[in-house]
Amino acid sequence: MIEILSTGAVNSVQDLGRTGYLDAGVGRSGAMDLPALEVANLLAGNDRHAAGIEIALFPFRLRFERDTVFAFAGADCPARIGDREVPGWWAMNAVAGDVLTLGLPRSGARAVLAFQGGIDVPLVLGSRATDLKSAFGGLEGRGLNRGDRLSLVDGPRKRLKMEAGFGADPTGLRGPAIGKDDPVVMRVLPSAEYDTFTAEAIDHFTQAEWSITNDANRMGYRLSGPDLQLTRKLELFSHGIMPGTVQVPPNGQPIIQLAEANTCGGYPKIANVIEADLWKLAQAPVGARLRFEMTDRDTAVAALAKERAFMTDLAAAASLMRGWM
Amino acid sequence: MPGAGNNAGLLPTTESVLLMRQRLGKPEKLIYHDGVEILVAEIPLTEIVSPRLSMEGAGAILLDAAGAVFSDAVQARIWAVAAAMAALDGVAETVPGMNNLMIVFDPLALAPVKAEKQLLEAWLTVVPDAVAGRDVDIPVVYGGETGEDLVSLANHAGLSVEEVVRRHSDAVYSVAAVGAMPGFVYLSGLDPQLAMPRRAVPRMKVEIGSVIIGGAQAGIMPCTAPSGWHIIGRTEVPLFDPLRDPPAACRPGDRIRFRVVEVKA
Repeated sequence: MIEILSTGAVNSVQDLGRTGYLDAGVGRSGAMDLPALEVANLLAGNDRHAAGIEIALFPFRLRFERDTVFAFAGADCPARIGDREVPGWWAMNAVAGDVLTLGLPRSGARAVLAFQGGIDVPLVLGSRATDLKSAFGGLEGRGLNRGDRLSLVDGPRKRLKMEAGFGADPTGLRGPAIGKDDPVVMRVLPSAEYDTFTAEAIDHFTQAEWSITNDANRMGYRLSGPDLQLTRKLELFSHGIMPGTVQVPPNGQPIIQLAEANTCGGYPKIANVIEADLWKLAQAPVGARLRFEMTDRDTAVAALAKERAFMTDLAAAASLMRGWM
Repeated sequence: MPGAGNNAGLLPTTESVLLMRQRLGKPEKLIYHDGVEILVAEIPLTEIVSPRLSMEGAGAILLDAAGAVFSDAVQARIWAVAAAMAALDGVAETVPGMNNLMIVFDPLALAPVKAEKQLLEAWLTVVPDAVAGRDVDIPVVYGGETGEDLVSLANHAGLSVEEVVRRHSDAVYSVAAVGAMPGFVYLSGLDPQLAMPRRAVPRMKVEIGSVIIGGAQAGIMPCTAPSGWHIIGRTEVPLFDPLRDPPAACRPGDRIRFRVVEVKA
């Protein structure tokens, strides 16, 4: 068991999300920063699909009620267990009674924690992810509250040989850290209505800086920036949309759909953030500045292949490093 | 970026068109495409012949076959293509919309170009009636407190309340798509006389089970949520339960009939 000592209600149990139910209106959900959760799981010796905790509201504290191994990745935030510092992208032993504290991020917006075995909440439609919008999955379909106690999936209990733990270098996955004053650059592919936007709108879209408004959550982010208009009015029938789809409602200000996106929408779509860059949005806080850079599908697929290769290498390296005892 | 967005508008090959003509068995006529004389079935080109393909990221493709108005024939083809694509390796999800279809796949397992090719091929070769929907019976208490807009809808339609209930419950609706929110059904088949523009100001809370009409569409609320549609009745049938598999009571292609339990004043 682990007990939550301080949290905000948007922090929730997440895994890599649900698949196979979009045609029932059930979205993917899952961690906003999927690669960070996958890395944390691999460091903790878990299956990549194990459930962990996504933290977007800080400070966050929990107490371990049994010995276990945990891993921490995602946002760069100060983390301590007892009086020891925990580096980012790191796995460590915890003993019963240890308190783990995550402070306000120095950069990034969402941290993830993985625990040996993964968090044991019921599988709902094949996943343990919390769908906060629809109120199912995770812990009773809701975010975490102080006093919640979460069980871990039972299995062989092992400990890391190195008391200091070990970590991964995420540079191979995400490139050099993004400077605090630099805009976040996301690669996008054009989507169905791209050609129906005015030349001016396309210029704005790819040249301007956009900022993330307060209206930003796991469903999506509303952006503010120059006005994007169509060359003619469009009446679209409802159609499938994805995390990463950039819609433009009649007010001319884009919305980026994210982990808890509705499965269908009707607004014109100008572009899609490529799958391999979605984590950048997960790590961009309200007020952050964004830029869109057009790319092509081969580049988008190559970026995913690179991510997949990183995970394969990491899984092999981590199993050597852990040196279970 | 040059060529960005020029991913849509793939045209079918002549052979495919001929194949489709055979399947459809409709009268044919001659048209010219890039100077080549080809035969096509005499049906609106916008409806069947040229679906538009576009990307929704590297791992999703949207096939859009919508014309100016919703077409049941196109929708039947959409369901059949969805079923054909769902059987392919690498395809994770098929999401029928209203006269469109999104497929979601692992682009490392199925090359996007190949997925597009297979999607178009399926579009031109599927037999639409291969999808056998189920009949779903939805008992409804019309009017009263849980159908508070029934009278105003009758007034708008220029019909009696009884006539509105009769027309609403006589029709057979087809579940075109399920989506937006979990278990929400997009229904086609509403009597045009019962169409009514959505409320200017949506209600912040429309109860689960509300039987509703918005514009020319009929629907049922699968959960309590905001909506601008008119509420004409209430059903107790649960439309969505995440602990059930499949979680949604209705699937694309199903036929829905509303059965009158009671009409309240």
